[in-house]
Amino acid sequence: MTTLTAGALRQPSAAARLLGLLAIALAAIGLSGCGAVNRVPTLQEQAKSAWSEVQNQYQRRADLIPNLVETVKGYAQQEKDVLIGVTEARAKASSVKVDASTVSDPQKFKDYQDAQNQLSGALGRLLVTVERYPDLKSNQNFLALQSQLEGTENRIAVARRDYINAVQAYNTEVRTIPGRWIAAFLYPDAKPMETFSATPNADRPPNVKF
Amino acid sequence: MGQGIPARVRLALALAVIAAGLAIYAAGARAAELSFPPLTGRVVDAAGLLTPDQRQTLDAKLKAHEDRTSDQVVVATVPSLQGTTIEDYANRLFRTWKLGQAKTDNGVLLLVAPQERKVRIEVGYGLEGALTDAQSRTITASAITPRFKTGDWFGGLDAGVDGILAILARDAQDWQRAPQAKDDTADPVQVAIFVILLLIVMVVAWRMVRLGSRAGRGGGVVFLPGPGSGGWGGGFSDGGSSGGGFDDSFSGGGGSSGGGGASDGW
Repeated sequence: MTTLTAGALRQPSAAARLLGLLAIALAAIGLSGCGAVNRVPTLQEQAKSAWSEVQNQYQRRADLIPNLVETVKGYAQQEKDVLIGVTEARAKASSVKVDASTVSDPQKFKDYQDAQNQLSGALGRLLVTVERYPDLKSNQNFLALQSQLEGTENRIAVARRDYINAVQAYNTEVRTIPGRWIAAFLYPDAKPMETFSATPNADRPPNVKF
Repeated sequence: MGQGIPARVRLALALAVIAAGLAIYAAGARAAELSFPPLTGRVVDAAGLLTPDQRQTLDAKLKAHEDRTSDQVVVATVPSLQGTTIEDYANRLFRTWKLGQAKTDNGVLLLVAPQERKVRIEVGYGLEGALTDAQSRTITASAITPRFKTGDWFGGLDAGVDGILAILARDAQDWQRAPQAKDDTADPVQVAIFVILLLIVMVVAWRMVRLGSRAGRGGGVVFLPGPGSGGWGGGFSDGGSSGGGFDDSFSGGGGSSGGGGASDGW
């Protein structure tokens, strides 16, 4: 036994190495079998894809606005202030740069959320104003835009809810014990993500009733 | 640290914090929870607006359409929205029932809340292009709500279902969408590739070990499980039991919705 250890210290035999390798492989397979090792990146990817969906739906709303503003302009030219408010809020929301770090940077995330909330407010004011123009309310083009805007606001609400749930699951994983160690050891770039603060009425879309 | 809080007090504090956290968690979970009627068929009349004959008529239409295209269209009436909006309720109900096939998300839910006087057509991800928000709105505004105003529940639902199925059938014809509901088994080619890759990895690892021991290098072989192993587990079990296969039992095929469709009131 003593002679063997001396030799093994300098250079372990092939059999010992193979055994060690097998042990590591078994441990890795066991861990991944429980899903512990893969849970952090899996949840991270889910949260990221939920975030893409949020951005996607906000973008869809932004794309609807020029058409909406044009249509309203034809009937309610005197409501310049409200229309300009919407156009400016849209420009501001579009100018907020979004990149991979936005979801883990509180300040950037807040900027994004604030800009989108401001646009929601401006749109809400526009839609209240429209109430006073019966001709506009019966315009076919406007009706189609209205249903698209309603649908988009609803999709935004769903996408935000999904994102909040996905981030909650992911943050819990990287902040609690097995996941925290795994993340620190294997996925050093896995940071907790920001989530939407529930502003009043954040759960439901702005009222787009006519 | 020596004259800090005694261990027993600290333990009690920790337990109290955990208990409080659990209580908050449970309260939050309950606040967000809605109760949904079970998915008993293609027409779930929990509000009791239809006669059995009328239910059967609608069910037959929906089933014929599903057999042809695999689209799952379901009509539901609920006694109450439990304080939330119809958009929120419809989306959660849709996801609870998992309407549409898992791969194509081709489900549609026509939901009526007579107490709140609201109706909504909730469209699954995969049919958003076929049945747009504007079309859904046209159906609710022209076919459904005028009849609901006069108390004609069956007339409204029947006309609404006809409108939805007509649009979906036209779309199915255009795209030649074949029913691909029960095609969820593991691809043998993929399995073969996986096994071969596994063998290659094992051989390489074996040779590296032998080379390593011969050259006397200290460096070992690091074996990390790739992200693929998680994906594989999902591939085999995904949506194996897609619904609508048998006449008597009906269940959702695993589809989801992102809030497409339109709502209306009367």
